Order: sequence, then structure tokens, then C-alpha cells
Amino acid sequence: MEILERRAAISGIGQSQVGRRLFRDSLELTLDACVAAIEDAGLRREQIDGLATYPGAAGPAGFSGAGIPEVHDALRLELSWFEGGMESPGQLGSVINACMAVACGLANHVLCFRSVWEATAAARTGAIGVAAAAGAGAGGGGGFRASGSMQWQLPYGAFSAANWIALFAQRHFHEYGTTREQLAQVALNARRNAALNPNAVYREPLTLDDYLGARIISTPFGLYDCDAPCDGATALIVSRAESAGDLRKPPIRVEAVGSALRGRPSWDQFDDLTTMALRDAGAMLWSRTDLKPADVDVAELYDGFSFLTLAWLEALGFCAKGESGPFVEGGVRIARDGELPLNTQGGQLSGGRLHGYGFLHEAVVQLRGEGEARQVSGNPQVAVAAAGGGPLGSCLLLTRA
Amino acid sequence: MTDRPFRVLPKLTRQNEDFWTGGREGELRFLRCRACRAFAHPPQPRCPACLGTELAPEAVCGRARVATFTVNHQAWIPGQNVPYVIAIVEIEEDPSVRLTTNLVGCSPEEVRIGMPVRAVFEEREDVWIPLFEPAEA
Repeated sequence: MEILERRAAISGIGQSQVGRRLFRDSLELTLDACVAAIEDAGLRREQIDGLATYPGAAGPAGFSGAGIPEVHDALRLELSWFEGGMESPGQLGSVINACMAVACGLANHVLCFRSVWEATAAARTGAIGVAAAAGAGAGGGGGFRASGSMQWQLPYGAFSAANWIALFAQRHFHEYGTTREQLAQVALNARRNAALNPNAVYREPLTLDDYLGARIISTPFGLYDCDAPCDGATALIVSRAESAGDLRKPPIRVEAVGSALRGRPSWDQFDDLTTMALRDAGAMLWSRTDLKPADVDVAELYDGFSFLTLAWLEALGFCAKGESGPFVEGGVRIARDGELPLNTQGGQLSGGRLHGYGFLHEAVVQLRGEGEARQVSGNPQVAVAAAGGGPLGSCLLLTRA
Repeated sequence: MTDRPFRVLPKLTRQNEDFWTGGREGELRFLRCRACRAFAHPPQPRCPACLGTELAPEAVCGRARVATFTVNHQAWIPGQNVPYVIAIVEIEEDPSVRLTTNLVGCSPEEVRIGMPVRAVFEEREDVWIPLFEPAEA
């Protein structure tokens, strides 16, 4: 069987200004990232013939900064293929779709983007996400009523992904003896790396005492287990491998992807409450390559909540099931100079919630050797980028060409 | 009534109304396949096991175990009373059938994974919200 995603390569990357409450137009940020990615690849925009995004113009205020038609029209693109939507295996599902499009010859160069402006949206409405929608029916009166899958969560005050994911974390703590001090290492490592990333939103030092002393959000999560809503956009170009070789930067090859979801697509009915959809995505990725977890030089693993990074470490086989707590203990192994450098841009916990795409962007930065102060030494050759939690999860294994 | 917590209520449909109104008769109800006896939760038009179409609501005993929980301390909506316990419970008849719920009748410090609980109902407008309280083992 030919592994068709190997016909795809990442040829360009771009990122807008990233910050808390920038009060800049979200399409403006999106276009900043898109234009930067096109220039980075050394392409002319006339050569962009595909467009992909997650989640499209959908969700609560600020969740999506721009949809496909807005970017299509603003850049006056002539497209052979495009798609955007939420019903995919997480944020990077859109990038996997782009890989398929170029592998099938539907497009040569697909511009992929993810844009958020949750910080500005929260400042304007005084609330975020589901809670804002629920507030319309405050008191349980005749206003807002929950339907679809949310009817099983919202009546119980489980308004936030912080609650939904805390339930998995608590079960992991129970079965495997995972501790808050271990969980803390994901946050402390992210902050140390963010200090070296000029585009990260939180860069001041963070200690274990700060972490443990912070207010509790939803046990076992405290404030520093939750990522930081921000404004910002990330873009990258997925090119047909044979079209990528003569561009400005060396192409980063897609070695394998993981997009599986074999368990139930649900926050509370999944068969194993110590892991999630990412279990299936991680297993699928390794089934499509001869490379092994030990070959990975840099890991960029989603940390919308700290526990998700632990779950991804297990799902991708960097440690045995249940062993992620001891794996990160003390933080030495996952540090920039450790055996598995992790979330080298500061993750979303300190870098800002760029919602998945930031990890893929950073994986490319590291493989190109463009990380400047935060560059991992030793000329990394293989990186994994993963995003998603709960019923959403997908991942890509990248190599230098 | 002012001490009752804020709740977003579910929108009733033909498919979910047996679940959300069973509490009127003090019953926790799930759709169940007449042919193979599998539960279908959340409710759906065909049996998830045998794909049969003969599904009917059926009361279960109401006993369950806490599979996991979290104590929510964050007021997501201004004025919301915190903390409160959100749990996932597994029903006695089939532990693969789970409900996200609130635990009541105990303090957050008393909650343990594996703890036996039983359903109680909170009437709100046209729905009866199943909650769970500690039960004898």
C-alpha cells in the first residue's frame, strides 16, 4: 500500500501577531498569516489553488477568526479545491485533508489556516464560549435550551472543556497515581520555552509554587493547566511533494498521519476514560511508517489542557499507558535539551491558544532550524505534531526532506 | 427555590423526552432494544448493537457507580454557585452506559471514584433532571 500522504510536503509557514486582546480585525490577522506563509514558500498567490481551514466560520464568538469564502475572496484566489468545517478529527484534520488533496492531484499548493480572536471576543462580551450562549437562558427560564450532544453536559454546569477533560484527568490520577506535581511539568516546561519565544503571550518565570498555589478551576486542574485564549492566526502551505522541491525553503515531508476514531465520538461514552480519540489517531500514525517513537527528535503535543499532553505522550507511544506522569516528572526529559524536547514554542499554555496549528508551525520551525533562541540542538530530523482532545484528535509525523 | 443552582435545560424532542421526563414517575429511563436488550444511549432510532428498530424506553433501577468526577470551582456564568461536583456515573445494568451528572447530598470532599450512588430527580419546568446521591453499597 502506498502511503499517499508522503506525496505531500509543507513548503511554507506564517504566523500573525499573537497576543491577548489585540483589538485587531480577525480577518486582518488571518491574512497576515496567509501572506506570510505564501512569501515564506516563495510562491506567488496565483499558484495557491487550494484552501483548507478548521473550523470554518463556526462556533461561538472568537472561536473562528475567518472562514474559507472570506480568505478566498480577500486574496482573490482561483481554487481547484477547498474545504472547511468542524466535523473532522480535530484541528489538524484540515491539514490532513489538504495532504489528501495534493496527493490526489486536486491541487498543487493548499493554503491551510486557523485563526482565533477569543481574547478580544471575551473582552467585548464579558464571557466566552458555551457559557456566553448559556447565559441567554440564565435562571433556566424559557430562553436557551441545550440540544444535540450538549444536552448531556450543559444541564450539569459542565460548561467548559476544562470540566470535560478534568473528568479524564481525574480518572487517570485514580488508576495510575498521576499527581498534580507531574501535571505541573507540562505547564512549567511550556513557560520555560515561551520565555525564548518572542511571539508567546506569557513569558515571565513560573514556579511549581506558583502553579500549585493558583486558583482551582475544575479539579485536578488549576489556572495554569488551562491554555491562554489569545488573538492570532497561523497558516501553512501543503504542497505536492514534486512541486515543493524548488521553492524558497527546503520542504518538510509528511511521513505519516493519524486520523482514526474507533471509540465512540463522545465526551462521556468513550470506552476508556483515561484516554481519548487521540489513542486511535496515535496508533494509526505508527501503523503507516517504519519510524518509531524513539526516532522523534521534537514533539509538539496539544496542551489545550495540560493533561492532554500527557494523554498524547501515551497515545504516541513515548511511554507506556499510564506512565506519562513519571515520564515527565522533574521536567528533565521533556526540556529543550532533554531526550524528547516538548512544546518548544511554549505550547498553548504559555504561547497562546492558536488551537492546534501552532504545534504544526513549531514542528516546521524546529525541523528547518529556524527556532533561534529556542532551537533544539542536534539538527532535528523528525518531529511529531498533534492536536485535539476528547472526541477530536489527529497528528502528523514530519521529516526533513 | 432561590438556592437551586442555575441550570441550562435540555430541549425536549420525541427522541429524548422519555429520558428527560422519566423522573415524573421517579424512573431513570433509557431506550432499550426489544430484540437484543442492548441500551441505546444517547437515544437513537436503531439499536446500536443489532441495528434493529424495535426500541422502547425502559426503567433501570437507578443505582450507579462514580466512574470519575471533578469539583468545579469556576463560575462560568456570573452569580453561579460554586463549587459543585460534576461526575460521570455508570449504571448498574450496563457500566458502558454512562451519564454526566451532578452529585448531590454529599460534600465534594466525600466523593470517591467507585462510590455507589442512586438517581434522584430535580423538577425544572417540563423536565426532570437526573442527579445522583450517595447510596448504600
